Amino acid sequence: MALTLAEKVWRDHLVRSADGEPDLLYIDLHLLHEVTSAQAFDGLRLAGRRVRRPDLTIATEDHNTPTIDIDKPIADLVSRAQIDALRNNAAEFGIRLHSLGDADQGIVHVVGPQLGLTQPGMTVVCGDSHTSTHGAFGALAFGIGTSEVEHVMATQTLPLKKFKTMAITVNGKLKPGVTSKDIILAVIAKIGTGGGQGYVLEYRGEAIRTLSMEGRMTVCNMSIEAGARAGMIAPDETTFEYLKSRPHAPQGADWDAAVAYWSTLQSDPEAKFDAEVILNADELAPFVTWGTNPGQGLPLTANVPNPNEYSDPEERNAASRALEYMGLTAGTPLRDIKIDTVFLGSCTNGRIEDLRASAEILKGKKIAPTLRMLVVPGSAKVRLQAEAEGLDKVFLDAGAEWRQAGCSMCLGMNPDQLAVGERSASTSNRNFEGRQGKGGRTHLVSPLVAAATALRGTLSSPADLDSAKVGA
Amino acid sequence: MEKFISHTGTGVPLRRSNVDTDQIIPAVWLKKITRNGFEEGLFSAWRQDPEFVLNKPEFAHGTVLVAGADFGTGSSREHAVWALQNYGFRAVISSRFADIFRGNSLKGGLLTVVLPQSDVEAIWAAVESDPSTEITVDLEARQVRYATTTVGFEIDDYTRWRLMEGLDDIGLTLRHVDAIDDFEKARPAYKPATLPAKV
Repeated sequence: MALTLAEKVWRDHLVRSADGEPDLLYIDLHLLHEVTSAQAFDGLRLAGRRVRRPDLTIATEDHNTPTIDIDKPIADLVSRAQIDALRNNAAEFGIRLHSLGDADQGIVHVVGPQLGLTQPGMTVVCGDSHTSTHGAFGALAFGIGTSEVEHVMATQTLPLKKFKTMAITVNGKLKPGVTSKDIILAVIAKIGTGGGQGYVLEYRGEAIRTLSMEGRMTVCNMSIEAGARAGMIAPDETTFEYLKSRPHAPQGADWDAAVAYWSTLQSDPEAKFDAEVILNADELAPFVTWGTNPGQGLPLTANVPNPNEYSDPEERNAASRALEYMGLTAGTPLRDIKIDTVFLGSCTNGRIEDLRASAEILKGKKIAPTLRMLVVPGSAKVRLQAEAEGLDKVFLDAGAEWRQAGCSMCLGMNPDQLAVGERSASTSNRNFEGRQGKGGRTHLVSPLVAAATALRGTLSSPADLDSAKVGA
Repeated sequence: MEKFISHTGTGVPLRRSNVDTDQIIPAVWLKKITRNGFEEGLFSAWRQDPEFVLNKPEFAHGTVLVAGADFGTGSSREHAVWALQNYGFRAVISSRFADIFRGNSLKGGLLTVVLPQSDVEAIWAAVESDPSTEITVDLEARQVRYATTTVGFEIDDYTRWRLMEGLDDIGLTLRHVDAIDDFEKARPAYKPATLPAKV
């Protein structure tokens, strides 16, 4: 029978299947962080259970961790207690943990691929919705709640109902200045925040094939923002090349056996998807969000929409509420929106290529005096790599802040937050009300738009920069 | 887990769509390491508005939240389910729930009921015109009943059984530990392990 990529990975992890019950799936890799694991460890303790496979489990500290003064005790006592709980739990249950200050610490979705632990055809879970990131390798990877975290720790499996499959084909080539972030923001604007509900998305087509692994991770990362359980991209030479030199990549004969299997991980030509969406890459432009959910996005050349133009009453209400929260007036060109803070980082866009792309634009220039820019590498390794390339100096010379690795202002669990009414251009993944700090206003953008915006002070693309006049 | 068979209580109309889990429980509340005490954080930003529905005395004691489409989008935080339960909600009705939130709610015994948007609007109208309207969410009969109206809803047999019996998923899975052992024996050697650590 012809199968899609997602169906093949499902089939290869089926522990048990019975009529009228969910399938029981084996989990190859379980990623943990401090925020969603403490109650699960408590559950294990209460029931007298152990972690079945500590050797398929890894933890890192990322959500709560400060990005300055990391050599001092964490000032926020509640955050410190949560980090301490993870440290104690990891020690008690024999879990590998990369703590703040460790060279392999960082955002869980940056650390897994960086270590080569994320590989094609695996099942990967984490108590974090952006686990979909790992689908870029052709893994079936999805976020779970704390009850499921406990379940995976106890059994290394999950009972799951089958997902539907959706093919998202992006044909053609991206224009210069248009990135993987713009692809995914356009996809979400097209299908909506609930459009992917119940589906695993498979991204295909020339524009996806030509993306680097990091670009693919950005696309898969935001699948959840379209409501999907997971996003996947079939592995290819780009994937194998990325993996080959990673610490946990298979070696020797194991590598050959792995590649032979990985090469079968493509949707069969006759496989049927439950839904299909097609986009043309050459029609895409730098995209930004104007509202309070990731589906409320438009090309940067557009104006703030008028809620009355929506025929659906729900959408009209949502748009009008969003404009009120965002402090925006219908008809304003998006390019005229003044920004207070630029945030470059997160599991969406905190990798080395993101920092390079942004630094390239900032090099030798100064950010607008009216704003601040935070650059937060996705992991300690990314930070070290950037420093080896001199990118830290580019950011600092431009007037940006160069921080330690973590989730930081993406969700404002640490002190990196927006103030009430403060407006950001952020390379992260969610523009929800208060996401980056209570009362803060978020516009989601690509690393290129983030850099151009930092220079001009208003939402901008690199094409808007006139090097003779801006930031020189 | 506490059994859920049927629940009767008053409703709280939340006329908003795309209620994400960052609204249900903002990130600053996620630092606690217990499963209780999250009620204060529930909709904490919105509750600062005196006009917000939970601040209206007539809706202060509701136990059935009736929300717009795409409830529970975004973050996987199960704290959103705990916050609703800690506050006193037993069920949430919406025309569409985000997958992870729905999964979390049904694991934890908060019944999430999917009804067509037209039914959601009819319930909104009913509870807004008379906040004392009792709503029964009957899992056994798969029905929502209020005033003189009865609406059926769908939920799969397995989930319904598990909720009605209050069963622990881990216990159910561990009945098949032999199948897990067998599966592990056949796993390919090239699959990665986190231990011993390689850096």
